[in-house]
Amino acid sequence: MTNSWTDIKNTDLAIIMGGNAAEAHPCGFKWVTEAKANRGAKLIVVDPRYNRSAAVADYYAPIRQGTDIAFLLGVINQCIINDKVLWDYVKPFTNATFVVKEGFEYHDGLFTGYDEEKRDYDRSTWDYQIGDDGYAVVDETLANPRCVWNLLKEHVAAYTPEVVERICGTPKDKFLKVAEMIGECSAPNKIMTSMYALGWTQHSKGAQNIRCMAMLQLILGNIGMRGGGVNALRGHSNIQGLTDLGLLSNLIPGYLNIPKDSEPDFATYMSTRGFKPLRPNQMSYWQNYRKFFVSFMKSMFGNAATAENEWAYNYLPKLDVPQYDILLAFERMKQGKMNLYFCQGFNPLQAFPNKAKLAEALAKLKLLVIMDPLETETARFWENHGDFNQADPASIQTEVIQLPTTCFAEDEGALVNSGRWLQWHWAGGSPPGEAQHDSWIMAQIFLRLRDLYRKEGGAFPDPIVNLNWAYQDPGEPTPAELAREMNGSALVDVFDPNDPTKRLLEGGKQLSGFGQLRDDGTTASGCWLFTGSFTEAGNMMARRDNSDPGDTGAYLNWAFAWPANRRILYNRASCDLDGKPWDPSRKLIEWNGQKWTGYDVPDIAPTANPREVGPFIMNPEGTGRLFARTMMREGPFPVHYEPFESAVANVIAPKVRGNPAARVFADDWKQFADIGDPAFPYAGTTYRLTEHFHYWTKNNHVNSVLQPEQFVEISEELAKEKGIELGGWVRVWSKRGSLFAKAVVTKRIKPMTIDGKTVHVVGVPIHWGFVGAARKGFPANVLTPFVGDANIQTPEYKAFMVNIEPSTGPVA
Amino acid sequence: MTAYDRKAPEVPDDVEAGDAVHPGRPVIVDRYTVAARINHWITAISLVLLALSGLALYTPKLFFLTALFGGGQWTRAIHPWIGVVLFFSFMILFIRFFRANLPAREDVTWVAHSGDLLAGHEEKMPEVGKYNAGQKGVFWSMSGLIVILILSGVVMWDQYFFPYTTIEQKRIAILVHSITAVVIICVWIIHVYAAIWVKGTIGAMTRGSVTGGWAWRHHRKWLRELVGRRARGPRAPAE
Amino acid sequence: MFPPIPNPSVDPAAAKPRFGEKDIMRRSASEVTPPAERLTEVAKLIDISKCIGCKACQSACLEWNQLHEEIGFNHGVYTNPMDLTANTFTLMRFTEWVNPQTDNLEWLIRKDGCMHCEDPGCLKACPSPGAIVQYSNGIVDFIHENCIGCGYCIKGCPFDIPRMSKADNTVYKCTLCSDRVAVGQGPACQKACPTQAIVFGTKAEMKDWADFRIKDLKTRGFDNAGLYDPQGVGGTHVMYVLPHADQPSIYANLPDDPHISPIVQAWKGATKYVGLAVMGFAAAAGLLHYVVAGPNKVTEEDEENAERLTEGRTAPPPSPPSEPPSRGRTP
Repeated sequence: MTNSWTDIKNTDLAIIMGGNAAEAHPCGFKWVTEAKANRGAKLIVVDPRYNRSAAVADYYAPIRQGTDIAFLLGVINQCIINDKVLWDYVKPFTNATFVVKEGFEYHDGLFTGYDEEKRDYDRSTWDYQIGDDGYAVVDETLANPRCVWNLLKEHVAAYTPEVVERICGTPKDKFLKVAEMIGECSAPNKIMTSMYALGWTQHSKGAQNIRCMAMLQLILGNIGMRGGGVNALRGHSNIQGLTDLGLLSNLIPGYLNIPKDSEPDFATYMSTRGFKPLRPNQMSYWQNYRKFFVSFMKSMFGNAATAENEWAYNYLPKLDVPQYDILLAFERMKQGKMNLYFCQGFNPLQAFPNKAKLAEALAKLKLLVIMDPLETETARFWENHGDFNQADPASIQTEVIQLPTTCFAEDEGALVNSGRWLQWHWAGGSPPGEAQHDSWIMAQIFLRLRDLYRKEGGAFPDPIVNLNWAYQDPGEPTPAELAREMNGSALVDVFDPNDPTKRLLEGGKQLSGFGQLRDDGTTASGCWLFTGSFTEAGNMMARRDNSDPGDTGAYLNWAFAWPANRRILYNRASCDLDGKPWDPSRKLIEWNGQKWTGYDVPDIAPTANPREVGPFIMNPEGTGRLFARTMMREGPFPVHYEPFESAVANVIAPKVRGNPAARVFADDWKQFADIGDPAFPYAGTTYRLTEHFHYWTKNNHVNSVLQPEQFVEISEELAKEKGIELGGWVRVWSKRGSLFAKAVVTKRIKPMTIDGKTVHVVGVPIHWGFVGAARKGFPANVLTPFVGDANIQTPEYKAFMVNIEPSTGPVA
Repeated sequence: MTAYDRKAPEVPDDVEAGDAVHPGRPVIVDRYTVAARINHWITAISLVLLALSGLALYTPKLFFLTALFGGGQWTRAIHPWIGVVLFFSFMILFIRFFRANLPAREDVTWVAHSGDLLAGHEEKMPEVGKYNAGQKGVFWSMSGLIVILILSGVVMWDQYFFPYTTIEQKRIAILVHSITAVVIICVWIIHVYAAIWVKGTIGAMTRGSVTGGWAWRHHRKWLRELVGRRARGPRAPAE
Repeated sequence: MFPPIPNPSVDPAAAKPRFGEKDIMRRSASEVTPPAERLTEVAKLIDISKCIGCKACQSACLEWNQLHEEIGFNHGVYTNPMDLTANTFTLMRFTEWVNPQTDNLEWLIRKDGCMHCEDPGCLKACPSPGAIVQYSNGIVDFIHENCIGCGYCIKGCPFDIPRMSKADNTVYKCTLCSDRVAVGQGPACQKACPTQAIVFGTKAEMKDWADFRIKDLKTRGFDNAGLYDPQGVGGTHVMYVLPHADQPSIYANLPDDPHISPIVQAWKGATKYVGLAVMGFAAAAGLLHYVVAGPNKVTEEDEENAERLTEGRTAPPPSPPSEPPSRGRTP
């Protein structure tokens, strides 16, 4: 989230698209109801299904899954046509005025530099023209046809309401109504918030879905505003913390990168990470990258990381591919290239696409270790459950070890919520049976591994034997110890270089902010973003003061929000070029002539003159980006691409199938239904229900009472066509597998007309499996295709093709 | 032997199995067999228990009666089962007695003169068979009311029959059940009072017999039939 | 936001319940002297326009009351279980309704449960003293040790709420968490509701809050938005804000104009007194007759006549002339 849950109460218009906040985030959704009740805010829901959010919405518009980009580019087009643009925001605060390099072009769904063979782009033309002064060329008059704004205008012009209707199935009048409601928020005192979740991420172009909304919000001047922003509603209570701490194969904590093969030494690694400002006076905060990186290495390896050994740079693994995401992991597992899989708090047999492929892959492992508080399907993948899980245990040689762990309520520590708040919590109960904290298990494994490396050496023991492990009880680091380490500390006394008598930092003391981090090895911090969370003043995450001066929804003394306890990112943009709030009633911060003051921690240097320094300090331009430069693999502007399985060819670019830059493994192509394949005529999608949380709560009796048995949702029209009865059994199958479920026949799903063709939607909730208290069911991923987003490989769970028929139910 | 005796059916309807007259001083007339008496008393006890348990739930003023049955839950649980016993017991009783309770011509006169009876002028009453119109009234009332009670009772019996009727039907059933219960209790009062008032009656249901004088006074036609039948010889075995 | 109810004090002095026996206003099958001073009436307000149907209330109800509902089946709808049971005191009922005026689909989600009527039909119907009580704050509660399992309350209820337990043959329904309210808390469902679709306070506060909500709904095109506090049962202590208050029955058959059924009124009213009178009269009439007319005794003459008849000695006296000695059946 750019903003926070509590901030949603400040909005005038909430748009839920690519999510179902009432269903999947009922507790956070309360802030929408607050905005509605107290501000008269409106709620729009755009979704293939009339869902629980739609039940309390002011306006609902249907959309076919996987076509959000067409819809949103259509809305941007309407905003431009109808001049629903906050120009005083767009011109100075976005890269609309920046001039793009000659050579960058877009034709027929593809940008310059596409290599069909590699399914990748040469992105060298996707950038600004650099002037003689070394800065990007801008044209504040927007006269230059190569300006980002003019290119954008041209790019979105194709997405007329008629084209939107053809692609999305949204009736033109409904689309225009939504566009009109959104357009009203271009006024400086009308603010829209976007709430999205997996409905946008789980597509082969998920990241571009979100970019579309970010662009729209920039055009409306809603980024940095109270009640505005682009807000990712995180699905797990700590999934935000997962990404913050770099639990992705290509990241280290704080969104720093794991080095690549092509970066053999630290100098090479840093050479592309200078983040030189692209406009005069810009902060380009990533210029501090080296400080964050060195402090991280000091935290990891302590005294073993020295200036001489490049801060132990060679200890870090080097990536030979962009990332070792889970799809690649299972592909390799299936190819027999993986022996041991450590599965911690994760149920991939349910959670990752194409269950048949996953089961085949798991059966090739020698050892599978499961760390989980619950019994999982993954741990039982070898067990035969009839139709629910057909397996032949005798033929599977994988050894499975289950290590019972504790659940969140038995743990102490911080969870990072969607609003980036690190909220400390305390154990509410003792772990049952043999369950142990994850930290205990990991420490015990580490200590034994380290002993082995110490005794036996091995190919490269250094990173393991030199890992900084200074915990009071090495066998079980405490949550507080880990949190303090994450925050970081001064390793020695640090003096002001200009005044050696002035001690800046005292050795051994906790740091109070990432501004104190240094690149000379005198500070350590496990995650620079979390610096300030556990200072000498104590555990900031454990704060529980709910006072809220100015009733802004910031709650600065409640827990700790990264970065620097800032509640709304880019909040500098809530003020105009002179540092005055766009909407005085929504004041967040303000330039008083000398410095920034207000209710939130300013997202800018406290004394940065508003006329000189741009609000988007993390970008070298100092502006928000309508044009993403080379940051996105499939293009600097979003383009509508059909899902890999679709009822129709791409209306915008008929020759392009799927996202042209998405990675697809050869075997998986064969398991995609062809475009318009009559054997799989219905548009399938998966989603969550309020009554359940992923695959956990089916183990819980009460949740299982509330939603006992697997079902799929179809329209009354499709039910009639196929002779399916309300509450009757159906079989749903894709090219990859099949499942049985009960039929919820509903008015809430309607057939859509897509490019002249009737397309029915089949909705498949995901929560059932073959273990647990609820009735046995099938993971929805028996149906889903094995392909992910081009940038971050989130699988395409939301759009695929299926068939359906009435049935007599499964054989257990 | 009178003329009408001869043109009468082979076996007079009024006479029930086991009815017999024994000459002597006094004459003894067998009125009810052992089986009939057991049948009657099971029915009677059931009815009394039902009345007591039913009244306990009928009005809070009588809720204390639940103590007789071991408390409210037991009262509620037992009442319908006693009802079942009553129903079947009465059904047998009904089969046993219904023929003798079929209406006869003299019933009209009897009813017309019932005031005389109450006033103590029984001599003004017509000769009647085994049952006079009043008794027949009790019999048929009981029959009808018990059917209504068992039907409405089943509708109210939530433990077993809840799903089969609507709430509204159950409401009607309860109202009908309670009104019917009041009526049947009144009928029962009449029945019991008659037994007490008409001396020599109770012996019919205890010992099974009455004196000839009793039969002469109250059911003279029945007595004549018995005497006549005795003269004709035993009943046909088919009866 | 409606001001949240503060957590209970941990001070032992505060553990004293805020209401109890002395505040009983009505007691089933009993005469009670109502307390001299009535407690402030409480109420739960369910705002259908804010409800997202998450079933947190249903879950909280099961957990707080330690109820064990069976894991059922899917029957093609989101409602689960399919009806209230002795373990499900509250149930989200989902209705798909196409508004004929706008032709738009509306997904109506109503939390069903006891309405805590001011004039409770269950209490009126109950034959067991003290099995149902009404406190002067408006809470209608079942006292299970007094419940005899007759199910009369089920018929008395205008909202079809109470359910018989197969396990102990007593009837269960929402208690409005009287145990929680007694210590200054709101009901568990209210506590769990994430969107304040359920709020709890004094009845006056709830009516004011409802007004505030209804004003907002009217600005959104719900011209008939209104409060459901049906006067047919004297008002209720669970109220709804309905976007379409002109037609409550679209919300999963919420009664348009609930009142205690006239049949129940008749049964618990006139029938009871008339019935007792009739039975008493019958008994008294018998007694009186016995006293006045004396017993009907068999005379010596009767016995002799019988003897004569049996012995065939003398013809018995003729039958009264008014009636021919016919044994023919009446036609």
